[in-house]
Amino acid sequence: MLANIVIQFMNGLAGASSLFLVAAGLSIIFGVSRIVNFAHGSLYMLGIYLAYTFVEFFGRGSILGFWGAVLFGALSVGVIGAVIEIAVLRRIYRAPELFQLLATFALVLIIKDVALYIWGAEDLLGPRAPGLRGAVEILGKRFPQYDLVLIVIGPVVLGLLWLLLNRTRWGTLVRAATQDREMVGALGVNQAWLFTSVFFLGAFLAGLGGAVQLPREPAQLMLDVTTISDAFVIVVVGGMGSIGGAFVAALLIAQIKAFCIGIGDVTVFGIVFSFSKLTLVVEFIVMAIVLVVRPWGLLGKPQGSQRGASTVEPLMLPLNKGFWAITVGLLLALTALPLVGDDFLLVLFIDIAIFAVFAAALHFLMGPAGMVSFGHAAYFGLGCYGAALLFLKLKWPMELALIGSPIVAGIGALVFGWFCVRLSGVYLAMLTLAFAQIAWSVVFQWDAFTGGSNGLIGIWPSAWAKDKTIFYLLAMAICAGCVILLWRVVHAPFGYVLRAGRDSPLRVDAIGIDLRRFQWYGFALAGAVTGLAGGLYTFSKGSISPETLAIPRSVDGLVMVLLGGVQTLTGPVVGAALFTWLQDEIARNTEYWRAILGFTVLAIVLAFPAGVAGFAKIAWTRMRARPEAGGQAA
Amino acid sequence: MSVLTVSGLSKSFGGVQAVQDVSFSVSAGELLALIGPNGAGKTTCFNMLNGQLPADAGSVRLGEQSLVGMAPRDIWRLGVGRTFQITATFNSMTVRENVQMALLSHNRGLMRFWKPANLQYRDEAMALLDRVGMTDQAERACGILAYGDLKRVELAVALANNPRLLLMDEPTAGMAPGERLALMELTAKLARAGNIAVLFTEHDMDVVFAHADRIIVLNRGKLIAEGQPAAVRADPEVQKVYLGSGAVFAEAH
Repeated sequence: MLANIVIQFMNGLAGASSLFLVAAGLSIIFGVSRIVNFAHGSLYMLGIYLAYTFVEFFGRGSILGFWGAVLFGALSVGVIGAVIEIAVLRRIYRAPELFQLLATFALVLIIKDVALYIWGAEDLLGPRAPGLRGAVEILGKRFPQYDLVLIVIGPVVLGLLWLLLNRTRWGTLVRAATQDREMVGALGVNQAWLFTSVFFLGAFLAGLGGAVQLPREPAQLMLDVTTISDAFVIVVVGGMGSIGGAFVAALLIAQIKAFCIGIGDVTVFGIVFSFSKLTLVVEFIVMAIVLVVRPWGLLGKPQGSQRGASTVEPLMLPLNKGFWAITVGLLLALTALPLVGDDFLLVLFIDIAIFAVFAAALHFLMGPAGMVSFGHAAYFGLGCYGAALLFLKLKWPMELALIGSPIVAGIGALVFGWFCVRLSGVYLAMLTLAFAQIAWSVVFQWDAFTGGSNGLIGIWPSAWAKDKTIFYLLAMAICAGCVILLWRVVHAPFGYVLRAGRDSPLRVDAIGIDLRRFQWYGFALAGAVTGLAGGLYTFSKGSISPETLAIPRSVDGLVMVLLGGVQTLTGPVVGAALFTWLQDEIARNTEYWRAILGFTVLAIVLAFPAGVAGFAKIAWTRMRARPEAGGQAA
Repeated sequence: MSVLTVSGLSKSFGGVQAVQDVSFSVSAGELLALIGPNGAGKTTCFNMLNGQLPADAGSVRLGEQSLVGMAPRDIWRLGVGRTFQITATFNSMTVRENVQMALLSHNRGLMRFWKPANLQYRDEAMALLDRVGMTDQAERACGILAYGDLKRVELAVALANNPRLLLMDEPTAGMAPGERLALMELTAKLARAGNIAVLFTEHDMDVVFAHADRIIVLNRGKLIAEGQPAAVRADPEVQKVYLGSGAVFAEAH
């Protein structure tokens, strides 16, 4: 028994090292640049791949070759990080926070396809470390030698980082910039190079975290997303910008995971409870608890406010007659689509309509209400599964199941939202991500009820709506209704309260408003509307899988909103249409649709920082303003 | 008749006694200035009055109602308006919409999901803006307003629930000298017309001596003087800790 506990503890320590390296890099980058680098997991993935390539180059057998490959792999990733900073991020430090996020999403897509192009889709398993292939005996149990090295690497890097940050001039600058980067700039420090070097270090750490995993896990293309969600959890649990916090959090989570695996199945009162299955969610549960009890993480501090970076949100214009005329005109045109389009086009437009609702609801939260959700797919998925289960298990007809889907999703959003509205900013976003991940893993693992990874099939519309044209019109009507409802709500007093809360929570409180309650209901409303879109999605596809509520789906939603422009109401709809169409169009023609999408997104971010619809709006305003200005001058 | 009665108010942070046993009252239509050097405990005192900070001891009464332990939003509902040292307005809304929000809240009309908010309580909002002289800027965004104008918007918002008491934390901070006197003149006029009690903190002694009916002076958390402006100005202790020799003000006038 004691031996088991010791071994699990050692396993936990070994697992913590890589997690810590990645999270420390993410944390340093966030601290200085305030950029939440979604591509950090991709850098980790590149670390493994590059180390693999270098090992092949130097020879698998030699000790020097192996450790040289690890070092070269990490250094190359560091250089890639610096290049990314110079080529992309440096141009958008002044852009709104969400744009920086979108740019790093784009990098995730690009790096994934670059890796696919260079290394292919097969898993690549590196050699075991030369000289450390054996195992040592601890209390009668065998423990891999290499894992002992990993256990040492974490604390060593922590110590080196501490020395670097506390005993060098560069480290002093980094700490100063973490506290107040404007002041550091005002004191004459070249911020550009400071940021580049910080990115180099952060990327190097991610690469190192990946490279040292080479003998333990195969290099594969899914590592980017799984790693980034782990790293986010650790950074948030430890406290944004705190290296020590990242270390403590990595240890804590790795230990809990190791013990969950160690405990295995436990039978309590005749019910078998599988702790090993818990590993998929346990870190997110820890994060949710930490965020609710200590909203700034275990060792973190409340974030200092940033000067200058806060952009003043523009006025929201009332929806005038012209706006409604265009909307009605467009809807009429869409109603006529079945006359000219084939079924294929109708299916594409149904998808567009459904994702327009998804994006509009997400925008409702992150735009006017100022609550960024990284896990919005949870409510979409709850709607999907709600409708499917009501249809399959309770034998409800399509009509009732469609009514049920927003209720299921709305209840889910009420539960999750109760916790979420207690936080704000990056922490809120992370908690939404955590809940989405929990929802996903429940669906993924509950084979008997949700069909597990296979999903559910055979969910077809009622007889009258089986015809594609009819279903298309039904979907259009529902989706248009949802979007228009959201638009109305944004302009109604309820939406104004949410917007007021984003602009000035202090003033909202001072005019007698219980903001949290409104945010809570707003969360539920957005969740319910998204759930209805999910219900429709289920019936349009006839089957669903856990992918409907996985992280990539949430990311798609964010990209749609940011693509269209977060500062306009029509933006999300435009973004959803553009995204869905692009995805469909490119995916049909090339294997590398992600990279093309990523480059498109990057180009848009760099060229139109206000999104496509935002850009059109600004251009329109300028065009109209010009004659007036000319008139005044004359 | 006193609107606000404070007695024995105390607050400490760790070992620091920020506010010690402070008692005073404000009557309807009266402008009471709370002055004192930096760190005297003015803002702490203020934040306890409107519920942002819990008091360690003492009582705060609005008429007969005790405010201790109430949240700021509930205190507002009893008729206490508030302006902030650094203005807090809704920058993505127009001046008029800012006032409409306060009116919607006052009339409990916020939980509505369909009718546009900016069509509701329009006339009432314009009437309030008229009182502070902001009707010509009603359609401008608060985010692009001059600071002095934002202060007037805050005043209009604070008046939206027909307050009995106005709490103004450094109402003229960050304004040009000419604007300062104008804003306080406006406040005094509104307070007298509406019989509103006003408690304000202020560092500009021109503003204080020109418009306060009464002054209380705080130093290191304790009340060291109270009375008419002339008496407070002549008080040797006040001169020592805050006003200096008094020569500057005396010569200027």
